[in-house]
Amino acid sequence: MTNTAVAAETEGPIVNLQSVHKWYGEFHVLRDINLAVDKGEVLVICGPSGSGKSTMIRCINRLEEYQKGLITVDGIALNNDVKNIDAIRREVGMVFQSFNLFPHLTVLQNLTLAPIWVRKTPKKEAEESAMYFLERVKIPEQADKFPGQLSGGQQQRVAIARSLCMRPKIMLFDEPTSALDPEMIKEVLDTMVELAREGMTMLCVTHEMGFARTVARRVLFMDGGEIIEQNEPDEFFKNPQSERTKLFLSQVLH
Amino acid sequence: MAQDIDRAAAVETGPPVLSHGALGWLRANLFNSIPNAIITVVLVVVLSQVLFALFNWLFLEAVWGVRDPDTGILTADACRAASGACYAFIREKYRLILFGTFPFAEQWRPMVAVIVFISLLLLSCNRDAWRPWYRMAMAWVAAPTLILHLMYGGGLTLGQIALPLLLIVGIASAVPGFRRFWPVLLAAWGVLGLFVVLPILLDIVGLVLGIVSDTLSGAMYALADLLRWPLAATVVPPWISFVPNTNWGGLPLTLGLSVIGLVVAFPLSLLLALGRRSDMPAVKTICVGFIEIIRGVPLITVLFMASVMFPLFLPTGITIDKLLRAQVAMIIFSAAYLAEVVRGGLQAIPTGQFEAADSLGLGYWQKMRLIILPQALKISIPPMVNTFIGFFKDTSLVIIIGLFDLLGTAKAALTDPAWRGFYKEAYLFVALLYFSFCFFMSRYSQYLEKKLNTGHRR
Repeated sequence: MTNTAVAAETEGPIVNLQSVHKWYGEFHVLRDINLAVDKGEVLVICGPSGSGKSTMIRCINRLEEYQKGLITVDGIALNNDVKNIDAIRREVGMVFQSFNLFPHLTVLQNLTLAPIWVRKTPKKEAEESAMYFLERVKIPEQADKFPGQLSGGQQQRVAIARSLCMRPKIMLFDEPTSALDPEMIKEVLDTMVELAREGMTMLCVTHEMGFARTVARRVLFMDGGEIIEQNEPDEFFKNPQSERTKLFLSQVLH
Repeated sequence: MAQDIDRAAAVETGPPVLSHGALGWLRANLFNSIPNAIITVVLVVVLSQVLFALFNWLFLEAVWGVRDPDTGILTADACRAASGACYAFIREKYRLILFGTFPFAEQWRPMVAVIVFISLLLLSCNRDAWRPWYRMAMAWVAAPTLILHLMYGGGLTLGQIALPLLLIVGIASAVPGFRRFWPVLLAAWGVLGLFVVLPILLDIVGLVLGIVSDTLSGAMYALADLLRWPLAATVVPPWISFVPNTNWGGLPLTLGLSVIGLVVAFPLSLLLALGRRSDMPAVKTICVGFIEIIRGVPLITVLFMASVMFPLFLPTGITIDKLLRAQVAMIIFSAAYLAEVVRGGLQAIPTGQFEAADSLGLGYWQKMRLIILPQALKISIPPMVNTFIGFFKDTSLVIIIGLFDLLGTAKAALTDPAWRGFYKEAYLFVALLYFSFCFFMSRYSQYLEKKLNTGHRR
């Protein structure tokens, strides 16, 4: 409680990683990551597979542990304190590559579950807010269906709405369009663009360079567990600094 | 051109006779090659022989028996003369097989008890009856109370009436609109604590103090007895005779041991399965140890331990009912097995489900109860019902510790010198009973699977 109060007063990055290191056994996945994300900033993270980009954003809501350095989210230090982890997870929404909707619950139940059980919102209120977000992702008519009855694009939009129902301050996107058929990618990206324009703080791991050009304030390139370079999108695409970035961009942009 | 003509002909005449309907099926499945045709013919000949003999034995040559008009006694003489099934044996012995050595004139009591129990189970099979849950919970307190009273008989003490009543009141405190009666509920729970829980605690304290001083422990026991005394007062005078549980047997015993065993073992198995996958080393070690040790020994050993070895470890003067010990042994045994079934279900849940629940901020128990277990249990229904069915039949092993379940009473019926030798009839009768319960479980699980399928596997 006091943590969040302090956070509201202090101006500064809402997500802050200070020389973060992570190992999987002997394998050094994240090497000295320093990153500050401001409130309302849209950050696109790209890089070849195995570069540690997913691992990095998964550290931010503690789906992965890190062994060295410090991550603070909204002024709360992310350490082994369960209370802090819970507090951070309430503020950080996450969208996965494989949607991870709950298959045994209807779309509406998927959306209201966390608000009811975690935020203790009354059921009726939670359902109203769920319908509001379903309308925003343009599928209110699917509320009573089960996830298995929806297309991939619809499922991913439900997953975005599910995160938004918790009214997060930060949204993490872990390759949200990689598991989708080409014609469905657009509907998910449109939703994300809209969200970005409304001022949501977003960290997106994605290879959708069009999305990066349209809304990102900063593009970040990772390789081998390190941040190789970061820049404004225009500069990043026009004028990549390192050889590795140039090689990567040539492969992604054809 | 040729194709067009063929198609026109096909429309007019329809498909050839041998490609559809019963004849088509026969040809496609039974006579589709020469070896298959031979196998079909041989099987039909053999099967018809067997079925004819069975039909003969079951119906045509069966003896139903005639009661002697003077004495009203059925005898085995007619059976011994005939070659068919002897239903006279079943007519004579079915009450012994169903209710064991329960006093003959009082056997309406176990019968009513079994009917109430089966009704309760059928009601519980109806998913709509669980909403609201408290009504079902009350039924599960009321029905077993009635069943126990019918089985034991005798009068009712204040405690025997008060305990279920207090439990029902306790459940009622969850009923919306009933909460304003909280002073009543609080008083009820206070009474329960003072007269039921406190004496048990005092007994335990007395047991521990017994190491130090006999006088102190004696005082504790006396105090416990004093508190228990008002509950021991007889309120309802004995209206039916008292029957000790050593006289229980047959169907009530089989049903009681297996169903109560599974009902108690199930939640225990969930905890064991979750514990086995826990991050906490101590919890994990305890659960793994328990499961592996219990699973590593035969059920007979566990029953034998419970009935012969366990009493040796108890302090002198304290005895625990033999039936209760057998029941606990069965609970422990089935919990270990069910835990492994549940673990299998848990392992089949993709990590993404755990991560999604975590990222939404759900706590461990919320995550398990709302997200993981509903899915894991749904996957586990077939192996779980498999375990249930196996366990239902395993109750017949209690015969080795001197309890007479359905199979035990059937064996007992065969020891009657006048009716010796009718094994087929006795075992067929019992098999039919076992089969009907197991078949019901199997069909019900298939119904559940269909009902719970939310179409996520397309």
